[in-house]
Amino acid sequence: MNVQSKPGKGGYIGQSMPRPNAVRLVEGRAQYVDDVMLPRMLHVAYLRSPHAHAKILAIRTDAAKKAPGVVLVATGKDFANIEKFAGVLAHFKGMKSAQQSVIAIDRACWQGEPVAAVVAESRHLAEDALELIEVDYQPLPVMVDIERGLDADASVIHAELKDNLCFSRDVDAGDFDAVAARADHIVEQTFRFPRHTGVCLEGRSVLGNWISADKRLTVYISHQAPNMVQDCFAKLLGLPESAVRVICVDVGGSFGIKTHVYGDELATCALSMMLGRPVKFVADRLESFVSDIHSRDHLVKGKIAVTKEGKLLAVSFEDRLAVGPYSVYPRGSAVEGNQICNITAQWYTLEAYRARMQTVFTNMAPYSNYRAVGHPVAVGIAEGLVDAAARKIGMDPIEIRRNNLIPDHAFPFQSVSGMKFEVMSHHRCLDELVKAMNYEALRKEQVELRKKGRYRGIGIASMIEITNPSAMFYGIGGVRVSAQDGCTARMEPSGSIVILHGCGEQGQGTETIFAQIAADAIGVPLETVRLVTGDTEVTPYGGGTWASRGAGVGGEATWQAARALRHNILELAALITQTDIGKLTIVNGSVVDSASGEEKITLAECGRIAYFRPDTLDSYRPELCVTRHFVPKQFPFCFTNGVIACHLEVDVNTGFIELQKFWAVEDCGTVLNPQLVDEQMRGGIVHGIGPTLFEHCIYNENGQLQNGNMADYLVPMPCEIPDMVVCHVSTPTKETEIGAKGAGEAGTAGTPAAIMNALNDALLPFNTVLTDMPFTPEKVLKGLGKV
Amino acid sequence: MKAAPFLYVKPKSIDEAVALKERHGASARYLAGGQSLMPVLNFRLDRPDLLIDINGLSELRGVSNSGSGVKIGALTRHAEVAKSEIVKSQLALLSECIPHIAHPAIRSGGTFGGSVALADPAAEWPACCLALDARIVLRSSKGERRVEAKDYFLGLYDTARTENELLIRVEFPAVAAGTKAVALELARRRGDFAIAGVLAQAKKTGVRLENVRVVFFGISDRPVRLSAVEQGIAEGQPMETIHQAIDAGINPDDDIYQSGATKTHLAKVLLGRAVEQLRQ
Amino acid sequence: MSEQMQISFILNGERKQVLVPMRLHIIDFLREKYELSSPRVGCEHGVCGACTIRVDGELARGCLMLAVQADGKTIETLEHLTQTGEIKDLQEKFVERNALQCGYCTSGMLITAADLLKQGKPASREAIRDHLSGNYCRCTGYEAIVDSIEAVMKKRVESGKRAAR
Repeated sequence: MNVQSKPGKGGYIGQSMPRPNAVRLVEGRAQYVDDVMLPRMLHVAYLRSPHAHAKILAIRTDAAKKAPGVVLVATGKDFANIEKFAGVLAHFKGMKSAQQSVIAIDRACWQGEPVAAVVAESRHLAEDALELIEVDYQPLPVMVDIERGLDADASVIHAELKDNLCFSRDVDAGDFDAVAARADHIVEQTFRFPRHTGVCLEGRSVLGNWISADKRLTVYISHQAPNMVQDCFAKLLGLPESAVRVICVDVGGSFGIKTHVYGDELATCALSMMLGRPVKFVADRLESFVSDIHSRDHLVKGKIAVTKEGKLLAVSFEDRLAVGPYSVYPRGSAVEGNQICNITAQWYTLEAYRARMQTVFTNMAPYSNYRAVGHPVAVGIAEGLVDAAARKIGMDPIEIRRNNLIPDHAFPFQSVSGMKFEVMSHHRCLDELVKAMNYEALRKEQVELRKKGRYRGIGIASMIEITNPSAMFYGIGGVRVSAQDGCTARMEPSGSIVILHGCGEQGQGTETIFAQIAADAIGVPLETVRLVTGDTEVTPYGGGTWASRGAGVGGEATWQAARALRHNILELAALITQTDIGKLTIVNGSVVDSASGEEKITLAECGRIAYFRPDTLDSYRPELCVTRHFVPKQFPFCFTNGVIACHLEVDVNTGFIELQKFWAVEDCGTVLNPQLVDEQMRGGIVHGIGPTLFEHCIYNENGQLQNGNMADYLVPMPCEIPDMVVCHVSTPTKETEIGAKGAGEAGTAGTPAAIMNALNDALLPFNTVLTDMPFTPEKVLKGLGKV
Repeated sequence: MKAAPFLYVKPKSIDEAVALKERHGASARYLAGGQSLMPVLNFRLDRPDLLIDINGLSELRGVSNSGSGVKIGALTRHAEVAKSEIVKSQLALLSECIPHIAHPAIRSGGTFGGSVALADPAAEWPACCLALDARIVLRSSKGERRVEAKDYFLGLYDTARTENELLIRVEFPAVAAGTKAVALELARRRGDFAIAGVLAQAKKTGVRLENVRVVFFGISDRPVRLSAVEQGIAEGQPMETIHQAIDAGINPDDDIYQSGATKTHLAKVLLGRAVEQLRQ
Repeated sequence: MSEQMQISFILNGERKQVLVPMRLHIIDFLREKYELSSPRVGCEHGVCGACTIRVDGELARGCLMLAVQADGKTIETLEHLTQTGEIKDLQEKFVERNALQCGYCTSGMLITAADLLKQGKPASREAIRDHLSGNYCRCTGYEAIVDSIEAVMKKRVESGKRAAR
């Protein structure tokens, strides 16, 4: 609990401090949007298209308008003054999208697209009135076929775009054909990564409150990026930025689902403006399934070139992914595919790399960035191919990775695709993993059990993850999502510290790590640091919480602000105590002599003088409120690395897979709070388990979601999940003083590949390889030739 | 996802409940545990005008002995079935099913009678009724009638219970002492409805299995008992022969996650395991 | 017949008499009428467990129970369990072990865990998971939740033993 010139031993940083803001959550005192009740508040429910693609010929709302409790019925035309939008990133060459309106006007392009709104005294009454709205639809051809979406005769969703291609990219680095010609084997594999969705337990929620007298709109919203909402809503609603205040208090799960602009959320605010009353919208579970963004949905054909000695020479793949009918605003639907082109297999010392990616529009639900954007696919392709190569040459999966992972001493390193890596620790992580899981013993056990007809498998997945994104992520593409974070650190008269931050909390522990950082940076007890986040009116401008940027970018801003405040406090104390500032430091809330530790003055006394008797300080003006901003600039992203192992058992008679255990070794640089990082890993692993074994948005050929409820869409529940061991290796980034990289993506990134490799390891004696996720019992049985 | 408007009434007697239902007919629903009815109301997939809450009819709740058998009142909660000493000692098959049934909160809300009345083809209690020759007791203003389980389950959520009849209890004949019971099922997640399930019971005499009962569930539009399979097991026929009997007896439909062929395969695997356990 | 009905019940230790719309499930009712925020609307079809409350001492899915069915019953929500201190140890352990992230599942998790702890006997990790099998958490991956319940259970069983001696 003493002052740190740099984060390090002895402070709060690196300790598993519990989250003070979790206490109200366990007492049932959280405040999600649905808990906010305002006077004269109304509720809106949306009528959603039952068709995946249909012309709207007529909408009759007379009966609905007369229904009890109904205040307003609105259709797409009533929102015509709201600017249309399209999530197109300027730096993605050739990317395109049709303009989307907030509520469908002439045409619905997916099952679940809102076509009308009813505002009523209660949600119940609004839903009653929805049933009275009559819509005449003329069904149009439906495009849901990922393989045929770009065929010349495919039906085109938006005629003005000419085809269904949203974005494509080709990467050709090194001469793949020439390099592959030197290989002993070229192993091919096709992979399928299913479409899935976030299933945040709290549905998307928004409460718009337009106060016409003030000409101001307050938006309570369950979201990850308050300033982005402020910017986008102001622009689209035609308001000055300053007229929109966005408040995100507690957020009931987000995972990327809540980083976007959804038409129904924007429309809710527009309805508040039409009515001059607060209007609330909370997506129910059924509409969440068809209106929350979906993700993944890839068909990949991959190749790897390997020598018989186990040297990996080159990787190539073609990736086709199916997004929704529009590129989601403002971040777009193309980052997933772009990331895959960038990073697949780039943790290996390859000589050549060729990637072709095509992002295809379909009449399925909108699609965009979901936790670990692109990574599960990039890691799935690479690690699936590496294991396929290992099987081909009869090499142990650990050995082939040791032979080919970028050496720990080789950094900084530029990968064959051109990714710049500052520092990583693949080999140390792999060594730790082998130790933690007792790899040799598991292999022996596997052999013994096989003799008894029990089939266990061990799967390894090495990986990298993009975290701490710079302005190269969105800003460069003209997307107004802040890459920088601002932090204000303020000392109050009592000597307590307030941190105001643009980066908020959805349960990751963001506020806690900021408090730890600030307490160490200044030299005060943790309990004297209070956090204020999630209110654009009071917090400095920031990007919010996504792409694992909270710790690395937001944390550094906190460190810089708190260090600046510390300096100002010391300057003040030096003046008051007539001591050379160089001899003073702050420990446990007091300014002390750095040599002797003798207390010179408490922060409370500094505060008293600064705020109430500044007259005694001559010309000196104390500045006890400072703001600092931080944005990464040296590298476009801060890459982290790690490795995950999965141990499972396959019942070869039923096809059921029982997960035994996971081990994960992650290098997120400085570990600010080990328990919080562990829990990010565990939660992330389960987000990886879901779509690998259970989760799948199943559409039929008419674009109807077949399992859009929680009984049929299978999320992992407590009994499906094993215990998970998490270990850390720490190689801090030098770009920041705190040295933290992101930690939220790794579990999700590596787990699908680890499970797939473990499954195929278990099935090795049967000479079958499964690569079509999710691995249902039926697919396993088919692979085994049993059905 | 808010239920459409309806009226609610909680009668104090069976007669009153039945009279109400007969007055309102198809526009009214009996409400027991609500664990299946409430979701469809919230989805607006069902929109009755009236709910007749039978939870005030305490005489419909509980497990008791009747003659040599056991009767289970329609309102007996799954959790009460689980705790019942009578069930544990006399209806081992039901006890074997308990771990497969949903989750604690559903077990304390859902009722035995509700499950049998709904007749979900993947549910355990209907399958138990069929396996144990239960009689389903139905009540209308004309009085009570008893339907044998084999005549009760007619199809997907379709039973011999007519629109207005109230299922008031299920009567199980005595199970011969020394009968061993096995309930096996496969569900994607703990507590989910089975994608395939088998109930089996028999008395082991030396190496032979006698009085064999086998019921499959989750593989058809209703629970299915196959006498050829039972006979095959009793006669110690090879498993391949018994599998042929299964192929002849069931023809499951595909569902969103698995084909009928997979379900048939799983039923065979489960049966093999059940027989193995019975022989132990 | 009216679409509302007078009911009388005990809510978190207090007797209530109130007119209730018949079609309301009890979670909407508790949230709207009494501004209790701990009972959460998660899926409204009985799968996620976020709405788990206690009815006459037993676990119940609030979204599958009508408000009118509270008549004559005793209803407890997390607010009450907090006030009585019944699960203070568990709540503290949840915070210490970080057995929650976003907190949306937490009311249901705690009430379901309290039901297991009430049984007063040790349970394996598997049995703990089994008891929680109908409660969905998207954030934690469940392990920290299981750890917390296991730790509190051990402590309670031990102190129970000491008290018995």
